[in-house]
Amino acid sequence: MPWVTRGLREGIVTTPYPRHPDGYGRSFKGHVVCEEKATGTEVAAAAAACPTGAIEVGAGGARLDRGRCVLCGRCCEVAPGSFHFQPGFETAALARPALVVPGREPDDGEVARAREQLRRRVKALRRSVYLRHVDAGSDGSEEWELAALMGPIYDINRLGIFFTASPRHADVLLVTGVGTSGMLVPLRLTYDAMPSPKVVIAVGTDAVSGGLTGGTYASGKGVAAAVPVDVFVPGSPPSPFGILYGILLAVGLVGQAPRGGEARPAGAEAMEGKGVAP
Amino acid sequence: MRLDGRLDWHDPRGFVRAVVKRSNEGARFCGLFASPGAGGTRLLAVLSHAGQLLTEATLVPEGAGGFPALTPAVPAAAWYEREIRDLFGLEPYGHPRTDPLVLPLRPGSPAPRPGSAKPAAPAELDTSPLPAHVQGEGVFTLSYGPVRSGVFESVEYLIETPGERIPHLRARVFYKHRGMEARFAGLSLADGTLLAERYEGVASVAHAIAYCSALESAAGAQAPPAAELLRVLHAELERVANHLDSVLRHTEGAGQAVANARIAIHKERLQRLRADLSGSRFGRGVVVPGGVAGPPLQGGDAVLGALGRLEKGIRGDLDLLMATPSFVDRLRGAGVVPPELARERAAVGPVGRASAQGEDLRSDRPYAAYARLGRVDVQERGSGDALARQYVRADEIVDAFHLSRQALDELEALGPQPAGGWSVDLGPVTGEALGWAEAPQGELLYLVSAEDGRLVRVKPRSASFHNLALFMAAFPTDIFTDFVFIEASFGLSIAGVAG
Repeated sequence: MPWVTRGLREGIVTTPYPRHPDGYGRSFKGHVVCEEKATGTEVAAAAAACPTGAIEVGAGGARLDRGRCVLCGRCCEVAPGSFHFQPGFETAALARPALVVPGREPDDGEVARAREQLRRRVKALRRSVYLRHVDAGSDGSEEWELAALMGPIYDINRLGIFFTASPRHADVLLVTGVGTSGMLVPLRLTYDAMPSPKVVIAVGTDAVSGGLTGGTYASGKGVAAAVPVDVFVPGSPPSPFGILYGILLAVGLVGQAPRGGEARPAGAEAMEGKGVAP
Repeated sequence: MRLDGRLDWHDPRGFVRAVVKRSNEGARFCGLFASPGAGGTRLLAVLSHAGQLLTEATLVPEGAGGFPALTPAVPAAAWYEREIRDLFGLEPYGHPRTDPLVLPLRPGSPAPRPGSAKPAAPAELDTSPLPAHVQGEGVFTLSYGPVRSGVFESVEYLIETPGERIPHLRARVFYKHRGMEARFAGLSLADGTLLAERYEGVASVAHAIAYCSALESAAGAQAPPAAELLRVLHAELERVANHLDSVLRHTEGAGQAVANARIAIHKERLQRLRADLSGSRFGRGVVVPGGVAGPPLQGGDAVLGALGRLEKGIRGDLDLLMATPSFVDRLRGAGVVPPELARERAAVGPVGRASAQGEDLRSDRPYAAYARLGRVDVQERGSGDALARQYVRADEIVDAFHLSRQALDELEALGPQPAGGWSVDLGPVTGEALGWAEAPQGELLYLVSAEDGRLVRVKPRSASFHNLALFMAAFPTDIFTDFVFIEASFGLSIAGVAG
């Protein structure tokens, strides 16, 4: 009996996201912004200081690969005029080149194609979506952030999104970790066991690019080597909101945030169309 | 603890005798670590006795195929010797069981030898199934994992069973072996911290502390007082988060829906508080070699208030949970680790403390600011079941809040510009040392050697690795449905086991 009253004690704790913005999502470091045409000795020093080699200095200025960034903030300290943190969590992208900032024209074309191709594939998934998670060599923190999605604060069930144990029921494969030699086969078997259409989300910088830990005798540089990735969620680890955004992006319930900018309003109309009360 | 020039060297047989002698004198076996070096591979045994770390060393000469195993006399060495066999290709002669643990290489594939000058070629794995150990009518092997039902880290448990009972359990942890030890080699000291934080991501702060304190010992330096306090604050919040995660897995398994939801809310709020203090929900980037990166992003009454509200909520719910019969009954008598077994396997952390092995580095080998902060007594338990482990965690949560508050108070008293600053410059460190921390899972050790500010060899030893070997022996009277509770009550991270 005491649990009944305790269950009511807090009132509603669940986030209004994606129908309305959630203030918490903007309260921590989301990603690093790299200014257009950043050059100079400071920028070169920032590139040299980056522990994952995410910054490349070319003729047109520096470009930062958010898919390799672990948010350590060294570039922001070394070259504060060219690199700075931006709050927010809507950092996932529909194509690998879209994580590189500032963007390039040919990349944008590829992103548009990827989006259109994914849109056609996920048409059938809008009413309810089942997720299957596979750890392919994570550090263990991504699993905490995934598990948080099932708790009362994020409560993805309210959006018609569920975790499932069986790959046979799964529409979306969430992969964490660098892609270790030992997990390549189990990961591929899980993917093959899922019915089509299916979507793969690489969750975290490790899964996107190998991050800081990949590239040894036993670990790869991201999971794209084993399964075709549709959505890339950077972060080391990404926050629960960041992962949720990636899932909604994958199934077309929100639009892609413009690169480096504030996210477009979430797909409120899509949610209403589903009759889902967020 | 600085090691250079202070090792007791033995020939391989003398080494076994020396370790066994220490062990018989009551020292607890902490680990066995291999490092490649001039003339062969050095084996370093680390033991703990009366608040001191003891070391013994031997050299396995180049060309020798192996070394006499410690395991027949010191069972706690079993997994260490299997790990050395996988990673260094050295055979522990006389070891009762040498099937691969972290890296099942194909015959002929060279061992990676982390710490050696040249990087290892990609490993070729042999993942074929293991032969059954238990024979008898109707006995079969149930393989659970590596892809498990739910959001879990990848690990495979081989359950040999006649149905329901679990007479024999084995773990195959190699699936997520990332070769982290090899990844450390050649990194700068600062990059090494970032990697240490990702060795066992749920215990990032403890790993960063153990790694950095090894470097500080090697450099003969000490972090300033303010840094030591901030390290305590973050380490204790991390402890609460991990213990809540363990409770969550219990309540989920027991179908305690309201308790599960409540604990999930507390855990999320705690992660948010950690991010308010550090910019990272896992406290990453706080600890740096020589101290901490800077003052907490928030301080004062707002943080104290948030801590107070969290503690009140968590304690209220835990007290009720531990008085809820339908919950407690599932844990009582599950996964019993008798004190004798815990001593033999040198259990650490909450698992050890629930089986009358009381060692806690925060009081027995104090580091950071622990020596001068007051503790709330964590009652030692001896029944060794999942319930005892849960009681230990509940006590430790109270203790962790008490420590956090003191650390915050003292930090406030030091002011925004504390004497000694937030860190000291270690310079280009050369030397070898052991560092440690009491992670939420238990004793964490880091063996670090650096030359001129570059890492040569880093060997982290997580409590998860040490205790998972004991997990295999915790099922004498249990059945399938107890598995989830026993696993949750050990509270281990597979990333920390697989390396």
